[in-house]
Formats: sequence, C-alpha cells, structure tokens
Amino acid sequence: MSELTLLLIRLAFLALLWFFVIAAVGVIRTDLFGARTAPAPARKPTKAPKPVSKPKRGEPRQMVVTGGPLQGTVIDLTETPISIGRATDATLVLSDDYASSRHARLFPQDGQWIVEDLGSTNGTYLDRSKVTRPTPVPLGVPIRIGKTVIELRK
Amino acid sequence: MTAKRRGAQLAMLAFAVVVVMCAYASAGLGIDGAVPAGMLTYGLGLGALMLAAYLVLAKWAPWADPLILPLVTLVNGLGLVMIYRIEQTGQGGASATTQLMWTALGVVMFSATLIVLKDHRALQRLTYTAGFAGLALLLLPLLPFIGKEINGARIWVGIGPFSIQPSEFAKIALVVFFAGYLVAKRDVLALAGRRLLFIDLPRARDLGPVLITWAVSLGVLVMQKDLGSSLLLFGAFIAMLYIATQRTSWVLIGALLFIGGAVLAGQVFSHVEARFDGWLNASSQEMYYRDFGSTFQLMQGLFAIGSGGILGTGLGQGYPREIPLSFSDFIFSATGEELGLTGLMALLMVYALIVQRGLRTAFAARDPFSKLLAGGLSFILAWQVFIIVGGVTRLIPLTGLVTPFMSAGGSALLANWMLIALLVRMSDAARKPPPQAIQDEGLTQVMQR
Repeated sequence: MSELTLLLIRLAFLALLWFFVIAAVGVIRTDLFGARTAPAPARKPTKAPKPVSKPKRGEPRQMVVTGGPLQGTVIDLTETPISIGRATDATLVLSDDYASSRHARLFPQDGQWIVEDLGSTNGTYLDRSKVTRPTPVPLGVPIRIGKTVIELRK
Repeated sequence: MTAKRRGAQLAMLAFAVVVVMCAYASAGLGIDGAVPAGMLTYGLGLGALMLAAYLVLAKWAPWADPLILPLVTLVNGLGLVMIYRIEQTGQGGASATTQLMWTALGVVMFSATLIVLKDHRALQRLTYTAGFAGLALLLLPLLPFIGKEINGARIWVGIGPFSIQPSEFAKIALVVFFAGYLVAKRDVLALAGRRLLFIDLPRARDLGPVLITWAVSLGVLVMQKDLGSSLLLFGAFIAMLYIATQRTSWVLIGALLFIGGAVLAGQVFSHVEARFDGWLNASSQEMYYRDFGSTFQLMQGLFAIGSGGILGTGLGQGYPREIPLSFSDFIFSATGEELGLTGLMALLMVYALIVQRGLRTAFAARDPFSKLLAGGLSFILAWQVFIIVGGVTRLIPLTGLVTPFMSAGGSALLANWMLIALLVRMSDAARKPPPQAIQDEGLTQVMQR
C-alpha cells in the first residue's frame, strides 16, 4: 500500500467524518436557526375511532385519564360519584381553558357508570357525540372534556 | 408542529454505520494493507444492533429526537474501531469482541428502559428510592467479599468473572433524585433565605437532604479514590441547582465549596496531591520517571496527540501501544494521534450535538421534572467528556473517567445507554404534539369564558 493511497484514504475518512457532522446539523437546521418559512400546520387526519367494543362482563374498576395534561392519572371507582372540572374541590381537577368549574360528573347506577354534563360551556363528549342527558358509559369508550380524555377500565 | 422525521433518523443511522465501516477498512488498510477480515462481522453486527434499537425506538418512542441514536452509534462505533485497532497492536486488555458484546448489552438495556418506562414521570415518584439506590450503589464496592480494588481504586464489584462499576449507575440514580427533590423544593430554595451582599443565601434546612447526599457521595468517592466520579457528581449537583433556581449564587457557592474541597483534599490525601503535582509539572523529568504518580501516561498521551498534528497519522498508523491504557482512559489521545485535530474536533462536535439534543429536550419538555432530569442528564454527559478530555489534554488535573461510549468498559457503556434511553423517552414526550381540544377539531363552535 503506497503512501499516497494511505494519505488519500486518511483525508477521505476525515472528510466523511465531517460530512456526517454537517449532515447531522442539517437535520436539525430548523431547530438551530429557526424555521425559514412558517410551515403550514399540517394536521394529521384524525383516525377513525376504534370500533366500540361491547361492554364486557363485570363492572369498571378504574377511571383512567388517557389523554391531556393529566395523562396517566388513575382514580379507583368506588360507590361515590366523581366530579370533574376546574373547581378545586372536584375529584379530578382540570386546568383546561375549555373546561368549566363544574363540568361533568360520573356516578354509578345499577352497576353502570353514568356520565352527566353539568351544564358546561363547551360540552362533554362520549366518543364523538355530545352528552346531552345522563348517559351510561361503556368500558373503554373515551369521554372527552376539553383536552382531557378519560376512559373507564376494568 | 414537529414532524417525527423517522426517515432522517434511519438515513443518519445508516450513515453512521457506514462511517464506522469505513473506519474499520481504513484501520485495516493502515495496519497491514488489507481490509480486515472481521470488518463485515463487526460492521454488520453493529448495523443489526442499531437497526434493532431503531425499531424499538420507532415502536415505543416514535416522536423521539431523530439525531440522538445516530450520533451515539457513531461514537460507540468509532470506539469499537479504536479498540479493535489497539487490540491489533497487542496491548493487553483491549478486546473489540468484548466491547461489541457490551454494546449489544447496552442496546438491550436501552430497549428495555424504553419498553419498561412508558412515562418518565413515574421516576418522579421514585425520588427518594432513587436517592437511596444511588447511595447504596456507591457504597457497594466498600463491602467486603464483593468489593474489588483494581488499579488503586476500590470502585468495582465482582460478580463471578465480571466486574461492574456501580458508580456509573449511581450517577443516573442520583440525577433522578436531585431532579425529583429540586422540583419539590426549588421555590423555597430560590426565594426563602437571607440576602447577603449580592447573593441570596438559602436556608440551611432546605438544603439538608441534598447536602447530606452530596457529602456522603463525595466522602465515599474520596474513600474509594475515584476522583473522576466525585467531580462528575459535584458538577451535576451544582448545575442542576442552577437550572432549578436560576440563582448565580449557587454557582458561586459551588465554586467556593469546590475550591475549598480541592485544596483540602490536596493536602490530606496523597493521591490527590500527586494528581495536582502531575498536572502542574507534567513534563518535568522527575515527575515523568517517578515510581508513584508518574506522569508517564499523561505525557505519552500528549506526545501522541502532538504527533497526530492537524490531520493525524491515519487510522492504523499511529503507536497507541506507547500509551498505557490507551483503550480506556486514554482512548481520546489514541484517537487524536490517528485522526488528528480534525478528527478530534469532529468527535467533539458529535458529543456537543448529543448534548445539544438533550438540552433541547429539556427546553421543550412540558413539566419541570423532565426539564431538570433532561438538563441534568445532558449536563453529566457533557461534563464527563470535559473532565476526561480536559484531563488527557492537561487542561485540568487528570482524573480517571471513561470517555462516554468510546472507552472499553461494560458498566459505563450500559449506564450511558440507559442515560440515552431516558433522554430519548423524554424527547419523545416533549416532541409529541400536545393533546387537542375536541373543539379544535371543528366539530363545534368554541365559546371561552
């Protein structure tokens, strides 16, 4: 292997290394120097809601927050009703511009949990439909209040 | 609106693997004029591992930063090449196969962390558990029977044929503890307290638990003669206090504590004193030929970097064998000799980019705990690179620490992959688009009170 070849290999490798660094910087260009043009907010097409599974045997035992700032919060269901809203005495206190102070409540009746909208400004949604009268909540169907999504689970 | 940018991630990952394979080829050609036989094995092995890591990432953290994994892959791969290359010179202890095995375990650790830890905020509940675990891990090597002393530092735990270095994992646990604790206490730390001259002094009781943890960890580390880790933890501690409270007074207090501690340790402990002497008079003949605390290794490293010059000698054409432990603490010097200043700068750029991505994650994170944790984890990565690179280039006294992802060593590799997994987890949470109100989806008219 001649000296010249080795020299060329050496320079080529260093160039490759720097090319990698430049490519990496290119990937985060917008992050480092700011976006050149304001990108149009490409909204992802909302997924079709999953087919609602039939309520299984057995009662729900937990209320799980599956979306929103409180995601991951789990409340065990007992016999007591659950109030949801911005009021500090609510069982689930939301800090959400779209929520009313007493937004909705969930209560058990004959082994079923019922969601009732308490005259909120922006409404409570069970799956995709607005809750206008007390409605039974099947397992795993999302209740949406502003940015928060709640589900009942076994 | 951020995009997932998985395509960019895959492309950069492939690029990183290609760079590493070119490095193998270049090293082989430099050593004996032929492409090394193991190149395909190592290259494909690394490629397969990283593909697996990519798939885990795509499944469990789809919104994660696109650059972190490729950058880490490059550094880890270059480390493998350097170790392979040093192994070829016959220096005892260097083994590329072992390192590849540890890399594989590191990727397993990375994947496991991502899969198990669905939400990093779960760690916040483990604040004190993490603090305890961190201290326990630090204390582990001091126990009889399982603790082992290697090269003068009692920082190892022997399990069968393996030795692990628990302090590597302790640093992650302690950062989790600091983050959780400071989130709860940052307001009192920043606001309560007296003002003295220009600095705000915090109340002693607010500081208690943190100071105790800090003192114990430093004490243990000094007993174990692991200076690098104690400097690392101390820096992380001060940096996180600063992030949490935004008070310059903390940096001042920290600097004063540190200078005081360093002077004291220099007078009390002979091994610390030797490090200072070696740093200040590294090139004196007396120090170079000294039996205990000789600067032979440091000077050999400096000679190597010097003889590399701007463009380096080329992979496979330097003399890394002349530097003791060139595959672990001094891998940076060995790399400097063969890749030159140009290569070292590229390498430091890659580290800087990893840290930048981490800090960016801290910036974008929505809750204070993630901000502190991401900030703290990226800081210890940066600080670790600074301590070891500063040490081998004689900017600061040399303390033994591994160069993250490059040096031979299993525990460090595992711990750092775990650290990266945590960063990836948080960047996934930070870049995920925020939940939208059902009203924003145009179903109904919005009325805001």
